[in-house]
Amino acid sequence: MRLNSRGQAKAAAGASGSVPSGPAALSAAIARPLIGPSGRVAIAALIALAFIALYLFVDLPNDWRFAIARRGIKVIAAVLVGSAVAFSTVVFQTMTNNRILTPSIIGMDSLYGLLQTAVVFTLGATHPLWSNPKVHFAASSALMIGLALLIYQGLFRKARNDLYFVLLFGMILGVFFGSIGSFTEKIMDPNEFLIAQGRMFSSFNSVRQELLAVAAGAMLAIAALSYPLWKYLDAMALGRDHAINLGVDHPRVVRRLWIVIAALISVSTALVGPVTFLGLLVANLAYQIFRTHRHRLLIPGASILGVAALVAALFAVERVFAFRTTVSVVINFVGSLYFLYIVLRESQK
Amino acid sequence: MAVCPFSLPVSKERCANVLHAAILLVILIALSFTSLFVGVGAISPLDLFNLSPVQLLILRISRIPRLVSILISGAGLSIAGMIMQQLSRNKFVSPTTAGTMDAARLGILFTLLFLPNIGMLGKTAVSFGFALAGTFIFMQILSRIQLKDAVLIPLVGLMFGNVVGAITTFIAYERNMIQVLSTWLFGDFSMVLKERYEVLYVTLPLLALAYVYAHRITIAGMGEDFAANLGLKYRHVVNVGLVIVAAVSAAITLTVGSLPFLGLIVPNIVAMFRGDNMRKNLPHVALLGATLVLTCDILGRIIIHPYEIPVGLTMGVVGSGVFLLLLMRRDARAA
Repeated sequence: MRLNSRGQAKAAAGASGSVPSGPAALSAAIARPLIGPSGRVAIAALIALAFIALYLFVDLPNDWRFAIARRGIKVIAAVLVGSAVAFSTVVFQTMTNNRILTPSIIGMDSLYGLLQTAVVFTLGATHPLWSNPKVHFAASSALMIGLALLIYQGLFRKARNDLYFVLLFGMILGVFFGSIGSFTEKIMDPNEFLIAQGRMFSSFNSVRQELLAVAAGAMLAIAALSYPLWKYLDAMALGRDHAINLGVDHPRVVRRLWIVIAALISVSTALVGPVTFLGLLVANLAYQIFRTHRHRLLIPGASILGVAALVAALFAVERVFAFRTTVSVVINFVGSLYFLYIVLRESQK
Repeated sequence: MAVCPFSLPVSKERCANVLHAAILLVILIALSFTSLFVGVGAISPLDLFNLSPVQLLILRISRIPRLVSILISGAGLSIAGMIMQQLSRNKFVSPTTAGTMDAARLGILFTLLFLPNIGMLGKTAVSFGFALAGTFIFMQILSRIQLKDAVLIPLVGLMFGNVVGAITTFIAYERNMIQVLSTWLFGDFSMVLKERYEVLYVTLPLLALAYVYAHRITIAGMGEDFAANLGLKYRHVVNVGLVIVAAVSAAITLTVGSLPFLGLIVPNIVAMFRGDNMRKNLPHVALLGATLVLTCDILGRIIIHPYEIPVGLTMGVVGSGVFLLLLMRRDARAA
């Protein structure tokens, strides 16, 4: 299976939608949706808001102020993480012209985890720079952007056409980074490790509150700075050659998009740790629901779905399962089944 | 080709064969000897003929069982990986990349929850059943895939393992068993003591069986029609292969924990130097697998002495690193 040819076929199908002919015209007319893409995004936003309200206000105990405050923190984290993961996945999938790979699946959040550990290991937990979690976040993220450009951009430049190769290589890369990270933690000074532990192992039950403001600022900055690039993504969805033909400075845009992706992964991983299969689920759902190739709708739409999915998972874990399971277990189980399904479906073609 | 140092009346090829194995064997024996004297309780080789009762106890209860279990599990998992690679005709399939290890862990969790008193042999039997079922399901999925992309197959296996792993985590989390189960996540020889590892001996006759069946497994890997044409009972051979793989993986996962990628990298390294003849390579694969695990374990005991790094962690770094190199090599050749 070749990436480019698939991307082009998909794009060709999308382009012919405007000037349909023959039987395609008929089926297009029948299948024309009642609600356009922007309307669908609005509806998704309403549903996400409803989920958030449901999560915040259902089952309130007598001491409701405390409960709302605690749930509010998780909702803010879910909004940041859900949109960061969905945003990065859509950008990544358009840029690499595929719908199976996501930044987490090829190991980028393991890389971030490793960098967090590596910073503590080399600087020491008592170093004045490290003792400030915001500086630690900034340092890890800067390293992350550099290494993502170096490793992953190189990987895709070399093996652009072999999807399965990149997939397997990326997954093993994730295991490799994860193992080095655990290895480093083992040989770390136990005292330093104790201090570092609280800063490195985050989940939805231990959101890094001190980072919420920084992360929100970072998200806004990333969205604002990357907005001028979104229009190029529409062209890049047609495939690399078409994009270049349409006047996109491909290498330059790709480099900037890698920076955007690495920064987004840093935000989400720093806040709640890896949620491996979330991006895959919501990005593919977004393509199916919104049926648009315009990233000005697709990126916000996917982000809204990401938030809705996370809040729904939080609700399920806390109210339905009564904390007997975790958000990442739920999402990874559903996500890996879905992944198996689409890989097998793709391979039948 | 190396000149034969023995004045034996054998062919050049045979001679190289023996020479390679002999070199590996010498290294392995030297490392084994070293490993007996590495650890918190100080025993030096000079004490060997004048052991104090405590030192004798350490050797008998901890050091020797540990060494034996390292040798058996290193050789066993490497051979299991080799069988899987032959049967599936794919260089990247192994107990780690086919869900076998994950299924065995699910089986262990099952015995811990529902059959807590059945003893080591019973636990092995149950987790063997799970491992066999898992490997069988994976093989079924493989036969459904039309596009036999060399890289797709381990990918599907890893994902299948993920699904099984997620089920295990889900149940374990709900029953508060995560910490107990994590013992089996990373291979660790520090828990191997006398009376806790003997189940590993079960794998020895199975590995001998693998040697007997080596040629038949090679032929079975060439496809059902081809095998039948050569007068081979295809299903019978495949089943024997899968039973060996599942039993070896289950026994090792239960006593030691998982040793990621071992079964993948060792047969590949041997094949790089010696080609693909399973029967001829089998002793080399066993020796190299044992050497690799022993090296990782000794390193783990030395690096943060007097603490230990579990061998599974060291294997994870070494194994995934070598796997990446193997993948890059394949890609360079394909390009």
